[in-house]
Amino acid sequence: MPDATGLELIAAEVRERLGGEAVVGTMYHRGQATLDVAPAAVRDAIAFLKDHADEPYELLMSVHGCDYFPEEPRLAVHYQLLAMQRTDRLGVRTRMGADDARVPSVVDLFPGADFQEREVFDMFGVVFDGHPDLRRILMPEDYEGYPQRRDFPMGGEPVLFTFNEHEMPRWYD
Amino acid sequence: MTDRPLDVPYREREQSVSLERMPGRQAPVYGTEIEPETELFTINMGPHHPATHGVLRLLLTLEGEIVRSLTPIIGYVHTGIEKSCEDQAYWKVIPFVERMDYLAYYFNAQAFCMAVERLVDEEVPPRAQYLRVIHLELNRIASHLFWLGTSALDLGAISLLWYALRDREKILDIFEMSSGQRLHPRYFQVGGVVEDIPPGFEQKVRAFLPDMASRIDQYEAILDRNEILLQRLKHVGQVPLETLLGLGVTGPLLRAAGHPWDLRKAMPYSSYDHFDFKIPIGTQGDHYDRYRVRMAEMRESLKIVEQALDGLPEGPYITDNRKIALPPRHELATSMEALIHHFKLVTEGFRVPPGEVYVAIESPRGELGCFIVADGSAKPARVHMRDPSFVNLQMLRHMAEGRLIADLVAGVAMLDPILGGIDR
Repeated sequence: MPDATGLELIAAEVRERLGGEAVVGTMYHRGQATLDVAPAAVRDAIAFLKDHADEPYELLMSVHGCDYFPEEPRLAVHYQLLAMQRTDRLGVRTRMGADDARVPSVVDLFPGADFQEREVFDMFGVVFDGHPDLRRILMPEDYEGYPQRRDFPMGGEPVLFTFNEHEMPRWYD
Repeated sequence: MTDRPLDVPYREREQSVSLERMPGRQAPVYGTEIEPETELFTINMGPHHPATHGVLRLLLTLEGEIVRSLTPIIGYVHTGIEKSCEDQAYWKVIPFVERMDYLAYYFNAQAFCMAVERLVDEEVPPRAQYLRVIHLELNRIASHLFWLGTSALDLGAISLLWYALRDREKILDIFEMSSGQRLHPRYFQVGGVVEDIPPGFEQKVRAFLPDMASRIDQYEAILDRNEILLQRLKHVGQVPLETLLGLGVTGPLLRAAGHPWDLRKAMPYSSYDHFDFKIPIGTQGDHYDRYRVRMAEMRESLKIVEQALDGLPEGPYITDNRKIALPPRHELATSMEALIHHFKLVTEGFRVPPGEVYVAIESPRGELGCFIVADGSAKPARVHMRDPSFVNLQMLRHMAEGRLIADLVAGVAMLDPILGGIDR
């Protein structure tokens, strides 16, 4: 794990390469370093960290979404990068509002992000520009809403039985 | 094992006469000797198909018997566990996450507990770490045994299923001794384990270890001389190492391709650096190597369990931080403090300071990551499991396309996907 100083050095490196507004901030918590990146720059930042950084992170282990609901901007996509040789991890996070949730896809850099970006789209409604096949993955294809958002209600959905058929108008649609 | 000199390469150690070892014969290269057909045929394999190890649906486009394209369709057992976790106190989340990868339940609990422990900055006592290792490694053996039985079943060796499940039962009996449950035991707690091991536990495990070692020998003796099985495993399903790394594949699948990446060694957690064990790797990355690596991993796990029993430290089995762990039952009758702590923990749970953390451990299927966001309340704001089955499933396309549909069945078996972990 890079320490807090190492994280600032990485941030400076990315800023130098991609411009000052690419890196929004850094976060160092419980020994874990996370780089906060602007949504539009996230693909470039990860491509830079993968191939051209002084200490590259050549693998992407996880992509997951998150909803910091009362805070703004509320949605976030997290990328967990890994450097196997140095046994080092780095988190990259990008935050965006719910109404302009668009991020460039990293599937061309890491084919393994395919399913995981689809899951984030499915659960949070983040659109990944450039993803070859952005469909729902876990929820049914005709599902409405993004269930992992914090304002999506907890609890079940009504199941259709013959006794409650009349309570669910146009169920056959 | 004495009749197998170690200087013979492991791929030649089995005794069978296979086609590739007969002079003048090459191993058949699939997909070449079959006349190409022009008509494509799209078919659903699953969701209910015994060879899919769960409710996995594969949309296949076939040309004759050759798979030309493959699309996995998942979500049939999606139960929204991650969403449900957001409505539970931290210590009540443990039974939920255990039900994700339902063959490796201790690993899910370990990943979650480690993440919460890092968020609250709590040390786990050494005895609890060792007890966790004992259960984790026994669980790894149980999970691999289930994989072995079902995979052999898919490949036509039905008797091995009963043998493997018989030994898995013994491990479940051991789990029942320590926690009262055979599956989903909820044994790991934040800060330690829920209870010390009972008298007789050690003897039972010690009796199991040599027994299991000889069983593994027997299973290898059954499978390694089975011509059909070898034909279906050897030189089938190779995927280049670069593709695997790009896909984020981890675990035995990556190690079979020759990459010695194991988080227990690379980033040790829970005292794994105290134990002497090896990381088995393959050389060619075909199904046979995947089978070999998992068999060898079971032996290594046995070694770890034995060392953990030998070196099991004395001391508390759970942290004495009363803000996180329940006080011992006997204190409740005499101590008002303990009663208050007990009441607060059971009703509200403990609060976790705001922050977010990603913790990864080595599950039987690869890197199991747990991502938790805490917002300062007693319930997590987000729990995400990076399940290895979910990521590894993307490799199936590379394994199966351009090959026979029978090799796809072997591929799903060797992939070892757990649909509960994929769909969560």
